[in-house]
Amino acid sequence: MGIKSNVIRLDAVEKVTGAAKYTEDLIPANALVGKTLHSTIANGEVVAIDIEEALKVPGVVDIVTCFDVPNHKYATCGHPFSLDPSHADVKNKTILTSRVRYYGDEIAAVVAEDHLAAQKALEKIKVEYKVFEPVLTPEAAVESGNDLHSLSPRNELARMDFQITPDGKVDFYKGEFSTDPHIGGHKDLKGTKFYVPPQQHCHIENICCFAYISDRKIVIVTPNQATHTLRRNVAEAVGLPIGNIRIVKPYMGGGFGNKQDTYYEPLAAFLTMRLGGRCISFTMSREETFVNSRTRHAMDLWSAVSVNDKGRITKKGLRINSYSGAYGSNGHAITAYAVTNYFQLYPALEKQVGESATVYTTMPSAAAMRGYGIPQVDFAMECQMDDIAMEHGWDPVEFRRKNMMEKGFLDPFDRFHCASNGLEECLDKGCEMIDWKERRKAYDEFNKKSAGIKKGVGMALFAYKTGVYPIQLETASCRILLNEDGSVQVQVSATELGQGSDTVFAQMVSEVTTIPEDKVFVIGKQDTDTSPHDAGAYASRQTYVSGSAVKQTAEILRQKILNRAALLYNEDEEKLNLTYEHVVAADGTVLGSIADVALKIQYINDIKIDSEHITAESTYTMRNNAFSFGASFVDLEVDVSIGKIKINRVVAVHDSGTILNPQLASAQVHGGVAMGLGYALSEQMLFDGKTGKMLNDNLLDYKIPTSMDIPPIEVAFIETYEPTGPFGNKALGEPPLIPQAPAVRNAVLHATGVGINSLPLTSDHLIRAFSKAGLIE
Amino acid sequence: MYDIKEIYQPSNLSETLNLMASNQDGIVISGGTDVLIRLRERKLKECKLISIHKLKELQGISYKDSLNDMIIYPGTCFEEIHSNTMVEKNCHCLWQAANEVGSPQIRTVATIGGNVCNGAVSADSAPSLLVLNAELELTMAHSKRSVPIREFFTGPGKTVLEKGKELLTAIKIPAVPEGSGSYYIKFGARNALEISTLGCAVFVTLNESKDVFEDFRIAFGVAAPTPIRCTQIEERVKGLPLTRETLKFIGNEVLKEVNPRDSWRASKQLRIQLIRELSQRAAEGAVRNAGGAIID
Repeated sequence: MGIKSNVIRLDAVEKVTGAAKYTEDLIPANALVGKTLHSTIANGEVVAIDIEEALKVPGVVDIVTCFDVPNHKYATCGHPFSLDPSHADVKNKTILTSRVRYYGDEIAAVVAEDHLAAQKALEKIKVEYKVFEPVLTPEAAVESGNDLHSLSPRNELARMDFQITPDGKVDFYKGEFSTDPHIGGHKDLKGTKFYVPPQQHCHIENICCFAYISDRKIVIVTPNQATHTLRRNVAEAVGLPIGNIRIVKPYMGGGFGNKQDTYYEPLAAFLTMRLGGRCISFTMSREETFVNSRTRHAMDLWSAVSVNDKGRITKKGLRINSYSGAYGSNGHAITAYAVTNYFQLYPALEKQVGESATVYTTMPSAAAMRGYGIPQVDFAMECQMDDIAMEHGWDPVEFRRKNMMEKGFLDPFDRFHCASNGLEECLDKGCEMIDWKERRKAYDEFNKKSAGIKKGVGMALFAYKTGVYPIQLETASCRILLNEDGSVQVQVSATELGQGSDTVFAQMVSEVTTIPEDKVFVIGKQDTDTSPHDAGAYASRQTYVSGSAVKQTAEILRQKILNRAALLYNEDEEKLNLTYEHVVAADGTVLGSIADVALKIQYINDIKIDSEHITAESTYTMRNNAFSFGASFVDLEVDVSIGKIKINRVVAVHDSGTILNPQLASAQVHGGVAMGLGYALSEQMLFDGKTGKMLNDNLLDYKIPTSMDIPPIEVAFIETYEPTGPFGNKALGEPPLIPQAPAVRNAVLHATGVGINSLPLTSDHLIRAFSKAGLIE
Repeated sequence: MYDIKEIYQPSNLSETLNLMASNQDGIVISGGTDVLIRLRERKLKECKLISIHKLKELQGISYKDSLNDMIIYPGTCFEEIHSNTMVEKNCHCLWQAANEVGSPQIRTVATIGGNVCNGAVSADSAPSLLVLNAELELTMAHSKRSVPIREFFTGPGKTVLEKGKELLTAIKIPAVPEGSGSYYIKFGARNALEISTLGCAVFVTLNESKDVFEDFRIAFGVAAPTPIRCTQIEERVKGLPLTRETLKFIGNEVLKEVNPRDSWRASKQLRIQLIRELSQRAAEGAVRNAGGAIID
């Protein structure tokens, strides 16, 4: 079938029947149970730990405290290794810590025969702390006078400040942390403030892993998105060579970026080394997954935009103060992504100033989550576009048309050109599907007469980079092994985490080799001992970067098959071709099947021709990047007096280049829209201001939308051709989430005239805003 | 993971009551949707469970005719309550509430008795049972008493039930007069899987010409430290016409009798606004179910 067809997911039957084995299914029955002791303060130091009583609990095997672990500092982030030390990830984590940096930080660990014994022992550990105040905002952290990390004075992890000249040159400078609305102190750039809260990935499978020693190696089984990077992080944490660590990734129950990071793998490795190689498992509860894994960055944003009377943006300024949490896994990368995106989708004609800071706060660490900083900045940017349009009486769609990125745009930061751009068509298609002009008018009329229910249509755009080149290396490898029946195994380390990448890789191999997908076996379980190296499943890079490696490797395999066929059939290689799994000559004569070639060359016993297992392997270095685009159109109604939003329709239109599997692509959009609506309406991590403890660390109080909350979603694709992608394709994994929150907010603005500049749009929030605006007595 | 020391599975009610009498530290478990969570949260430790999950005599709904009480046995799950047509007809608000609890999975195991006895201010069944004037039969090994539900709740998570000794054995709902109707509205951030931010139940009886409130009862969940009836407004509404004005009067005046909290789950401001608004909507729904209509 190949690309552009609805090949059924390779893992569909296994997953639906429950046959698929996930990490927790694979924990050996005799494994020991590890649990960590979480701090009950948000900021401070462990002065002493008494484990005497805990050790007496029957079933307890071992207890280690923050004073017993090696002091090797390691990074937890899933970024590829950087040879340039100045670009290396921040190494600020130790296996356990005596310096407590958030409520729930890991200060000791118990190993026991079962969960209950481990739990009982945890309850008997006595801890003495020196307590400092929690700092829950960048402002508080900068002013606290108490640094969480010694190398980051005033808790500023990093900052990036710049001015872009009208000819597209970026002048970087070192600014100062500020909450002044004037960006960079410029009088003509007075920003409006926006706030977006921390959001959690809420993958179904919690964070978990188990480790044991076998064949002289520490084997760690874990649902991790970037296995080769994890192997490096673990090796550094426990002080062993990389070759001594083996990471195995089985089926994964969702990741969304969270499982890019390193969690209890170093601790499990350290403990199995202590306990003679016995298997130790760590399975985080949902509560622990909320607090001890990662979050989307909360951000304070100040955005200033000036327009001329022609509706063109002349000046732009943005400041982001980003909440990185306790360890700030990804450093400044996400905030930098966000601040630069602001000048990509809508570049200004004259003046552009950006300032950004990432600040340590005593909260769960923020890191990668679907969209990598762009949902945050898109909210501020797209809300403001509607506010300006409303202020001037312009149609929000037409105002955007005049200002959005065009094909050929040179990204001032990453210095690559936009080579495919379907934004115009996305707008046209979305307007047509939602009936934009008519519906806006009809709702305006309706709202004049209706006080209780208000109706609105809103929209938002986005631009998103597919990969991370040139900021980081983009490397991916693939290996294909041909079996003697003409089927193949395909190995990659770009992990399948539910997005369907394995299926699409099979389609790519099929496209190049003509071998149908039912004979293409993609090895979905990654194993760093045998899988070829890949930077991992992050960004929206798999089909673009890893897909390029798959295509390149499949082409090598194809050429090898033709070459060996030429030998076997005594033909000229140049004149042979593959059609429907068969080698055909230039005149159309069928010479033999791929299976024939594979069988004969494998078992040939000949004085001239060598036997051979036909395989192909290659690494692809992507030295390019591509913008994906799209638009969301939302139709909703607001029950004003109870502050309740009912979304009637979402129309999501995407330019992701060539669509490789329309059904999977559409499903990807559905998932992203649902996650985006959660961000818009209800999701936020809340913390107690006095203790720093997370208040809603469970799925009852942290509100992800249920199926009852998701409206009908209509999906359309504008298929441009992206010349740098392997098959004209570019990002789709993350983008669908990005424009949902501003589209919802702008629809509420249309419905009620009230523009709300912080998320989520809860009833509480709406009631306050509507009361202030006089819509409620 | 569950810290359970012993589980008793008595085969009938008298055995259960005797077991309770001899194990006063025992925890009665039925559907388990609250008890198991408390166990998981380590709020219960080394627990002795007395399971009434399989006791048929504590399950089901008994209804003879419209002149007699309806009896809902406490071990009845919400799914069964919601699929009962007599509940739908006579106790519409309860029928609605039964469909608002948790998720379909929870509704097939969670019981109304557990919902009541836990004494949660957010209990979905409480406002409806309050306006229906339910009587609770509380039984001990050698005695029995009947408590009006209005006297049952004493504080957050607190009730008059003698913990470890007494068992709720029947919920009696008095016969409903002709011309009556009821309505329940639950407000949560989501459309499913929710804990109530606010719940409001209204029961009305209309006069024969269906233009005046003959009886009016209103109750709330999460509007005070316990589920509450608002009796002052009830008295003031009796005899008033079925107009939008009366509804507004209800919405504004009922605020004098509630005392919602400010919490991170919802602000006091939101809850007050919800009380003002939902009381009117629930009243209108009840009027509709009683065969009347509000005149604008």
